Amino acid sequence: MSEHGSEATTAVKTLRRPGLVQKLIQLASFREFVLLLVIIAFTIIMTLVSPFFLTRLNIEAILLALSVEATIAVGMVILLISGGLDLSVGSTLAFVGVVTGLALTAGVSSLPSILVGLMAAVSVGLLNGVLVAKLKINPFITTLGTMITIRGLLLILAKGRAVLNLPKSFTVIGQGRLFGIQYPVFVLLIIVIGGDLLLRNSRFFRQSYYIGGNEKAARLSGINVDLVKIFNYCLVAVLAGAAGLMITARFGSSSLTVGTGIELRVITACIIGGASLSGGEGSVFGAFLGALFMGMLANALNLLGVDVYYQSFITGLILILAVVFDVLNERRKASRS
Amino acid sequence: MEYILQAENLSKSFPGVQAVGDVSFSLRAGEILALVGENGAGKSTLMQMLGGVQKPEAGHIYLKGIPVIFSSASDAIHAGISMVFQELSLVNGLSISENIFANRQPVGRINNIQWKELGQRTRELLDRFNLDLDPMTRVKRLTMSNQQILEILKAISTGPKILILDEPTSSLTEAETVDLFENIQKLKREGMSFIYITHKLGEVFQLADRVMVMRDGKYVGSRIVKEVTEGDLVGMMVGREINDMYGATDRSASSRQNRFSIEGFTRKGFFHDVSFELGQGEILGLAGLVGAGRTELARSIFGIDPKDSGKLTLDGEPVEINSPKEAIDQGIAYLTEDRKGQGLFMDMTVLENLVAPVLKEFTNRFGMLVGNKITDNVEDRIRKFDITTPSAGQKVLNLSGGNQQKCMIAMWMGIDPKVVLFDEPTRGVDVGARTEIYHKLRELAKEGTGVVIISSELPELIGICDRILAVHQGQITGEVFRDEFSEELIMSYAAGIKNQLHH
Repeated sequence: MSEHGSEATTAVKTLRRPGLVQKLIQLASFREFVLLLVIIAFTIIMTLVSPFFLTRLNIEAILLALSVEATIAVGMVILLISGGLDLSVGSTLAFVGVVTGLALTAGVSSLPSILVGLMAAVSVGLLNGVLVAKLKINPFITTLGTMITIRGLLLILAKGRAVLNLPKSFTVIGQGRLFGIQYPVFVLLIIVIGGDLLLRNSRFFRQSYYIGGNEKAARLSGINVDLVKIFNYCLVAVLAGAAGLMITARFGSSSLTVGTGIELRVITACIIGGASLSGGEGSVFGAFLGALFMGMLANALNLLGVDVYYQSFITGLILILAVVFDVLNERRKASRS
Repeated sequence: MEYILQAENLSKSFPGVQAVGDVSFSLRAGEILALVGENGAGKSTLMQMLGGVQKPEAGHIYLKGIPVIFSSASDAIHAGISMVFQELSLVNGLSISENIFANRQPVGRINNIQWKELGQRTRELLDRFNLDLDPMTRVKRLTMSNQQILEILKAISTGPKILILDEPTSSLTEAETVDLFENIQKLKREGMSFIYITHKLGEVFQLADRVMVMRDGKYVGSRIVKEVTEGDLVGMMVGREINDMYGATDRSASSRQNRFSIEGFTRKGFFHDVSFELGQGEILGLAGLVGAGRTELARSIFGIDPKDSGKLTLDGEPVEINSPKEAIDQGIAYLTEDRKGQGLFMDMTVLENLVAPVLKEFTNRFGMLVGNKITDNVEDRIRKFDITTPSAGQKVLNLSGGNQQKCMIAMWMGIDPKVVLFDEPTRGVDVGARTEIYHKLRELAKEGTGVVIISSELPELIGICDRILAVHQGQITGEVFRDEFSEELIMSYAAGIKNQLHH
């Protein structure tokens, strides 16, 4: 599942065959592995507490709720790895929904409307990417600016009212089912698995690690740093757009406030999954697990009838714990070597 | 032997400095050419032009007689010139393999990385250097010296015809250096040519066939290593009368009044029972090897680090200093060796830097800053300390090393210090600015300020100081006056071979 894991094992087997314990220690240094264990433990406990937890209906509900955040997290983690950050994903999500909705109500058919919506996402990504890569403006400030601007723009476009009564030919992408499972779940799985494979094995995508790890060195290695950065901003914007399309189709209307605050939840998921705000670290699989864990937690608290206000409280605590765990782990390793 | 590389009239300048001026030289195939020169002599800049990192303003580069123009490092690598940089260029979160083959990983049909092949090729390289490391180990788990070797492997992995090494042994142990040299010799026998930048003259004689000397951005000359002595090289590197560089000394040392003294300074693990006196207008040098405890002593005197015991006397009065603020209030200034990290606010303007320690003097009674008073004072000091800057509003990071250093001096002279502790006053400063700094120190001393200089460069201490104390393992082992100054004598105290304390 992890290139580090499996490749390390094959390489090691032919070279020097470390013991099982050593292999486990090696594995334990990967966040994905630790997180996976936590999720499994969590699942076991929850299954004992609530028999409903591990039913198909509930799993589908978790994945459906997850589809929006995890889709964006795939783009966000790649961006974080390359040393970037995008706060405007929530606005982009709503923007794409509104643009597509307006096109649909103007009588444009579904596929062209979707393409227009995604073009709108690409233009936000291009704007962010060019400001950050070419003009060297801090990503936080750049995307804070576009986050507010785009939210304003979509309110202007929609004249402050949600776009209602979208045609069935469009809403089917959010409501249709295959093998009895809603489409967004498949979209999510395809994006996560595809994204993970690409980030692990494609030379183009791996360039992000070099850029985030040591930008100067990346340039010296012949990496087109600006191009990759701009691409990453466009990628996260398009994925935010795809998430926006799924939400809009599911509800049959383009909401103006949808996606508010989602950027912070997505970044939280990435960091719980092992990414770092200083770049160079993280994986798509880790980000997915981070989002999954947050989704399962919210679901579990619901099932247990815990007040909804506790969710944010507990998620925040877990983020802090994950980061503290990281710092302590690094210190331990540093003092050992 | 034929020439594999020729450089003709290469020039490059940065704001305020002519880093390389009109340099021509050539490299023979299968040769190891050492490149030596003082800090700021332009060695690294010259090599960066050959490596495609810096673009020459003028001049040409020929590879096997064919003119080439590099617009990036990958151009140069493609043409067969690889460079190992002084600063590490590794990505900590990635594995050894992915660092060595950065952006050159073997890929399959759909641009997918071939992990197995990548691992094997890495292993072959590691084996060549007898490194028993797993190619999948992440770089952050490696020691500094392994990282340094990795940097070299990375350059070699591109299959260069010419390899440029910029002080590759700075963080290697003795044994690792020997290993590296053996490998260089092996690669040389396979036909690779080397340019080897070093500060350690010993390495020139151990490794190189020919040596080239640079000074102040200019080519001084090149010699066959077998036909040259270490003394010849030093002469070529320094290339000027030392006496006029440091200015005339004030010889009235004996009549000096005591300005400042410390007694019994001890901090466990760093220095033990250190005492000295400093006269008015005296320049006192602290000589010693790196790690002898001189910087730590200065930091404790200035109140940054704690001390276990010790007394301070200033103008005959005992004083108590436990923080930098108290030291500044007493008129003691400490100029750090780490100019960029701790000495200056690099992102701020010259003006903001110069007023930093004296902001209090420029506030009215409501605690608000008074602008025009500040501007006058700063303009005044910029002139007095010959800081070359387009305006007081220029950011310090845009100035040359020498001007940054002058900024730091001007900044601290704002407090009208009675005692100045100056750690490595000319590190990373070119020769021209050095002279100016030495002359400023002289002027300062003439006005009665006591100056303590910590320097790793003995010639500098010998040139500028009235008296030198040698420090060895946290203790003063010798005191030498100006008329007995000699490198050998001071070095034998500093290295702990001789010791006045136990006579």
